[in-house]
Amino acid sequence: MTEQTSEGGEFERVSVPESALLGSSKFWGMYAGEHTAGTEFMIGPLFLAAGASLQDLILGLLLGNLLAVLTWRFLVVPIAIAKRLTLYYQLERIAGQDLVKLYNLINGLLFCFLAGAMVTVSASAVGVPFGIFYAVPQSTFALGPPTFTALVLLVGLVMAVVAAAGYAMVARVANIAAPWMIAVFAACGIVSLVQVEANSLTAWNEGAFWTDAIAFVQARNGAQSFSFWQIVVFAWLCNGAMHFGMADLSIFRFARSANSGWAPAIGMFLGHYMAWIAAALLLAALIKVQPEMAVGDDGKVNANPGLLAFQSLGWTGIICVVIAGWTTANPTIYRAGLAFQGVVPKSTRTIMTLVAGTVATLAGAFPNLSAKLLDFVGTYGTVLGPMGAVIFVDYYLISRIGLVPEYADRTKSSINPAVLIAWLFPVSVGLYMIFWQGLFAAYAVVPAWIVCGAIYLALSKVIQRPLSAQ
Amino acid sequence: MKSTAKLVSWIALALTVVPSLLFFAGLLGHDLVKWLALIGTIGWLCATPLWMGRELQVDASQVEI
Repeated sequence: MTEQTSEGGEFERVSVPESALLGSSKFWGMYAGEHTAGTEFMIGPLFLAAGASLQDLILGLLLGNLLAVLTWRFLVVPIAIAKRLTLYYQLERIAGQDLVKLYNLINGLLFCFLAGAMVTVSASAVGVPFGIFYAVPQSTFALGPPTFTALVLLVGLVMAVVAAAGYAMVARVANIAAPWMIAVFAACGIVSLVQVEANSLTAWNEGAFWTDAIAFVQARNGAQSFSFWQIVVFAWLCNGAMHFGMADLSIFRFARSANSGWAPAIGMFLGHYMAWIAAALLLAALIKVQPEMAVGDDGKVNANPGLLAFQSLGWTGIICVVIAGWTTANPTIYRAGLAFQGVVPKSTRTIMTLVAGTVATLAGAFPNLSAKLLDFVGTYGTVLGPMGAVIFVDYYLISRIGLVPEYADRTKSSINPAVLIAWLFPVSVGLYMIFWQGLFAAYAVVPAWIVCGAIYLALSKVIQRPLSAQ
Repeated sequence: MKSTAKLVSWIALALTVVPSLLFFAGLLGHDLVKWLALIGTIGWLCATPLWMGRELQVDASQVEI
């Protein structure tokens, strides 16, 4: 086997050799920065707006993030260090090249929507100094105010062009900004605590600053509830595509030791614990200090990330939201461009990145996308997560019942129908439950994962033929 | 040069977060916290590129939420 190098990383179609393995510290450093991103500014306030109690949030996020870390450590890492292959190459060997292209296309489209939400987040910050404010319209497919839409288009255009120019510069800015962004999140949270007069243990015990803010939101947006278990499952599965879906096989294939699998803990507890709670406190603080600013023209409370950060930390907050949104959106657009290029191999990466940037920008023009980020992230895990079950079953179970692992590779087929059906069936049912039956999106991830694995196993038994007969 | 830049970075990072703690303790006003955080931000963004030559992450094109 020979080594290969490409834009996406090294050893894309071979096992990572011993000489390229990395120690645990690299993974701790990487995860520390990776999960403190633009999305955190949106997700934190949404918990408060959805009516989550403070106690549930503190305990629920603790449990959910712990479950996420355990999933990375015990589901992803053992397979990653045993096979040392990327998710895409491993899937290609099991599912076939054409099926991976379909997976990649859907992945790319979902990336575009995620990037779109980040374009909205960045535009919300850029607009604050100009008096242009983010507002969420009633209808899902309605635009915000015309000035805000124009700003989204401008910010999206700049992001698309920068992403098309290449990945290295944005990645470098993201690396440099990561420790500072963590510090800004912490500072925002601490300032907000003072603003809501929660700088004593008594105030924390009473929790009036939180319940008052929820009452303020619900008086305008209508009654909502967000239970302890919704918080737990959301925190556990918001990165479902990365752990249950095995996308982080591509990262952990470089791990020298399985102990590197504990590294996501730093990302979870800085980004998905401290930063989410800090961002939620920003909304509580805005409601306490400038309640009129928290209410949009439609009389409803909107979590405007740029405004929230500005009222807490001034220009530093604005800069942080812009950089956080930009450093999240840009790699996402870039990755989506690569996915689209995989589907249209004759196209150039630059053109496909610009296409992805255009789709992301158009998505970002609809503010409901970022306002429904909790649902979107759960849907993202429901669609991509089940493919991880295919890898799990292929690695642990297929050989044990006398079947052939990596069947597409062995039979040189471009689509393994067992994988196609096993993936599409539970995902279709999951999407039906989410969009037509109102199921909380993150609840669908684990059932879809289990059903996908079971169907793949059963169908493989039916479909597979002895290799000698091929 | 690198060690000076590093020192500036860490002081800048402290300026970003420590004033908020002093605000929490009632020792600083909100406006001063904002100004110090901005000075810290500028210091961090100017000084850190001079020494933080961290290699690209493994498979840096992966995206996390």
